[in-house]
Amino acid sequence: MSWTRDQMAARAAQELRDGYYVNLGIGIPTLVANHVAPDIDITLQSENGILGLGAFPTEAEVDPDIINAGKQTVTELDRTSYVSSADSFGMIRGGHIQLSVLGAMEVAENGDLANWMVPGKMVKGPGGAMDLVAGVRRIIVLMDHLDKAGSPKFRRACTLPLTGTNVVDMVITNLAVFERPDRASPFRLIERAPGVTLDQVRDATEARFEVSPA
Amino acid sequence: MVQKVYDSAGAALDGMVRDGMTIAAGGFGLCGIPETLIDALVRSGVRDLTIVSNNAGVDDFGLGRLLRTRQVRKMISSYVGENREFERQYLAGDLEIEFSPQGTLAERMRAGGAGIPAFFTRTGVGTQIAIGKPTADFDGELYVMERGIVADLAIVKAWKADPYGNLVYRKSARNFNPMAATCGRVTIAEVEQLVDPGAIDPDHVHTPGVFVQRLIRATCNEKRIEQRTTRSAHAA
Repeated sequence: MSWTRDQMAARAAQELRDGYYVNLGIGIPTLVANHVAPDIDITLQSENGILGLGAFPTEAEVDPDIINAGKQTVTELDRTSYVSSADSFGMIRGGHIQLSVLGAMEVAENGDLANWMVPGKMVKGPGGAMDLVAGVRRIIVLMDHLDKAGSPKFRRACTLPLTGTNVVDMVITNLAVFERPDRASPFRLIERAPGVTLDQVRDATEARFEVSPA
Repeated sequence: MVQKVYDSAGAALDGMVRDGMTIAAGGFGLCGIPETLIDALVRSGVRDLTIVSNNAGVDDFGLGRLLRTRQVRKMISSYVGENREFERQYLAGDLEIEFSPQGTLAERMRAGGAGIPAFFTRTGVGTQIAIGKPTADFDGELYVMERGIVADLAIVKAWKADPYGNLVYRKSARNFNPMAATCGRVTIAEVEQLVDPGAIDPDHVHTPGVFVQRLIRATCNEKRIEQRTTRSAHAA
């Protein structure tokens, strides 16, 4: 039994700590906001210039001047501040955002991340992903364990163009959770989805990793 | 008082456009884009433009309109999805793209406007973005040098302005507009509301008038929404 996307997002939400400022990437990472524990207070940052991101609006609340980085309509909160893109990335690049949860095409065992382009396909650009991985203190990747062709996405080395080098701290897939205590250490398998065996994880993973408990 | 307020976008652009020029534009996606001035640029017929803008609009709206008329030669952007016309021209080799990471792009515009020709950032180190750019080690970390951007013309969208060109933006429509306003040799702002002198609290000015040479009332305020996402009122 592998984890669903919601269960992966819920697992990522366990990494949130009270008072964190957090940037959630587009796609599955957005679901993390639905799983914040009631005793944890976090502030979501959207890199287009919102600190204190609210929920999606009701039809009556829709305001075209309030959108998130995915260009979706959102709402503001009593804590919200609006900033310019330069100030927003100042928060990111300056290390003031504690955690970012992002999607990925590939992660390498040395923490390299590829999530912005596939050679031969139309390149849309990195958006804010390179800035986020270079600036945010802790990076969690949420991704399927295998790609659509069935190949491992957690690899010895990335084959796709990089978004950042040695930037990933935790990888949560539909099969397992890998973590490392710092960016000089190897990744360690710390959890498996219910019913998923160690051998199944090994078979589906190209990256080398340690196993906890050893 | 120097007269900064012009009657129309066409009048404000008069004498300001030439083929091959670089134009910086505010906006993120379709939010906070200078709709009125973009349409006036289309009508001006100016060609071979280099456009500095986080995004490239959609096929029939925003900067997509300048792409459709083939007035753009090069885009400097962080993300250009959502635009088939862009893709068509790019794949045909008719359009050049320089990708700049979003925060780096914002800082390049800010730096250009602040008289800083280049700066160092960790963003993009070890990626394709850093190829051909100088790097330097500071305190044991590697940084890549990025250049400031100064544009011949900047076009921005604000919510309110007074006749001195003091600007106030609204909510997340601020985005790239303040930096775009500073990096233009000439900056033209279109505004939803033109208010009397003194009507804007000096403590609430986002862009001071020194950065704004010309002003018009925005006549296009469609504010198209790319991803209208709502929740049911009952679930609230």
